[in-house]
Amino acid sequence: MTADRPPPGTNEITYREAVKQAIRDAMIRDPRVFLMGEDVGRYGGCYAVSKGLLEEFGPERIRDTPLSESTFTGAGIGAALGGMRPIVEIMTVNFSLLALDQIVNNAATLLHMSGGLFNVPLVIRMATGAGRQLAAQHSHSLEGWYAHVPGLKVLAPATIEDARGMLWPALEDPDPVLIFEHVMLYNDTGPLPDRRPVDITKAAVRRPGKDVTIITYGGMLPKTLAAADMLAADGIAAEVIDLRVLRPLDEETVIASVRRTRRAVIVDEGWRSGSLSAEISARIMEQAFWDLDAPVGRVCSAEVPMPYPRHLEQAALPQPDGIVAAARATLGPR
Amino acid sequence: MTQPAATKPHLSRPHLLGLLRGMLRIRRFEDKCAELYTQEKIRGFLHLYNGEEAVSVGVMQALTEDDAVVATYREHGQALARGVPMNAVMAEMYGKAEGCSGGRGGSMHLFDAERRFYGGNAIVGGGLPLAVGLALADRMQGRARVTACFFGDGAVAEGEFHESLNLAALWTLPVLFVCENNLYAMGTALERAQSQTDIHAKAAAYQMPSEAVDGMDVVAVEAAALRAAAAVRAGEGPHFLECRTYRFRAHSMFDAQLYRGKDEVEEWMKRDPIVRLANWMTETGMMHDRDREELEAEVAAEVDASVAFAEAGSWEPIETLTRHVTRAQARP
Repeated sequence: MTADRPPPGTNEITYREAVKQAIRDAMIRDPRVFLMGEDVGRYGGCYAVSKGLLEEFGPERIRDTPLSESTFTGAGIGAALGGMRPIVEIMTVNFSLLALDQIVNNAATLLHMSGGLFNVPLVIRMATGAGRQLAAQHSHSLEGWYAHVPGLKVLAPATIEDARGMLWPALEDPDPVLIFEHVMLYNDTGPLPDRRPVDITKAAVRRPGKDVTIITYGGMLPKTLAAADMLAADGIAAEVIDLRVLRPLDEETVIASVRRTRRAVIVDEGWRSGSLSAEISARIMEQAFWDLDAPVGRVCSAEVPMPYPRHLEQAALPQPDGIVAAARATLGPR
Repeated sequence: MTQPAATKPHLSRPHLLGLLRGMLRIRRFEDKCAELYTQEKIRGFLHLYNGEEAVSVGVMQALTEDDAVVATYREHGQALARGVPMNAVMAEMYGKAEGCSGGRGGSMHLFDAERRFYGGNAIVGGGLPLAVGLALADRMQGRARVTACFFGDGAVAEGEFHESLNLAALWTLPVLFVCENNLYAMGTALERAQSQTDIHAKAAAYQMPSEAVDGMDVVAVEAAALRAAAAVRAGEGPHFLECRTYRFRAHSMFDAQLYRGKDEVEEWMKRDPIVRLANWMTETGMMHDRDREELEAEVAAEVDASVAFAEAGSWEPIETLTRHVTRAQARP
């Protein structure tokens, strides 16, 4: 993903390790921070993110919970109200639906319902996305639903730098922040980023280009960059935007790019209907319609619950070939 | 707000008069709200607490200023008993900017930071996890505070009830669970919703000490709450109080009460917690007619003043509509 990598074996780090280091840094930096969720302690985390943290910080701060998503998420909200800075881990976004009530009806509303009295400085991390043949109850990309809700901030770190850097500013945020970690990114490796927190308000241009803007986030970034490589081989310079922040959307970066390239494709692992891709497409239409040379294109997951067999799962997901085709379609016949 | 007495109620005249005043304030406030609802001064859903006053007034005696309260959507009484000023509560009923939630919450969402009153929760059962978390924060920060969590018999059917009791007991958290069992979840009678109608027995499944108390007897509630809160405060873990009470009025202002008979309501009204305490005080010579008249006049004046306050209050300008969505004011 990154051009300037150090030689293999030196200062390399995985995305998983980057998330762990971010948690570790935050725990050391602020005694109010603690991690709570299913199997985060003795088991070491469903995706092994928190492995070793129990030994370092003890069971009070690396807190294994029963399988009670609603209550441990709600307890995170309560603890945040009570002066702590909890990090709640929910194994996957599919399981977060058991806590949807607490996230949407409490975390997102308390500040407003109380007329500004009670803010909720809570971070909720969860895994999202498909690619591991985990079928229809472990593989969906529902982060777009959360991006619908006023009162929440929604982050999708797609790079190792963001995996390492987004947590601290999220913990410093006075409002609830949801962080979505795509399951296919955990094994990505890259140079060890420094401890500098990153900006959690802006999208990033991951690859500059002049011919078409491809907007994506999270687990779709590597596939989109691969598609951009394929397009470059054909002389098409695609600009790749990583949204990074799904709510509130950084419209400025997106619109400025589309005004320049006059073409846009959105790559979103969520389903097309009522999706984040639909929202971005609508905003481009509202703000840059007269700058467009082609209709906005979209590449989304097929509208099926995620199937188990590998060939069907891969067929259901956006792939570089499909992204290339959608980008080409905006350029017209050549 | 009162400081908790040791572990037994003081049956002194001033204390009992205070309990009576507390219940009377709620009763007259609620009656006024019903009247204002018919005048369309108060809109939305309005859930009145008549009949259940002894529960809030009794339990609040056991709390200090540092303790926290998580309330239900039938929480006017809980707020008033906790010490949220009546003016601010009434202004909230109107939706005025001077309301305790700035007008944004209304009847079901009363909040007060100074009194650690964490709302006004209108998702049945949704407040229990919050109470667990508030208690967890106290435990982790080494504070000997109690979080009192109110909920009704309806919440007992929710998964969060069981999750929260389990987690609070598992982690020995300082939560005082207070079930206001008024026998009906909206229109569904307890025996039509629960295989085990003895609610306090459910706490035993979580190794949690529990007690059922006559929720129509304010002194009994206070005594039970003092005992339970003292144990919670001493680090013995969560305790459970089932207060058996009854809602005299309809569930909300839209309820024709097809699910219960008038005779049943009348039977419960004979156990009116206000009448009961007042009669007992009169019979034992602790209260005279003049005391009662003075009390009524004092409460009526407070209620009238709260209505005047709400009437004189202001409407938040539409220009600030999108305030309080996030504290870090961000783009939508």
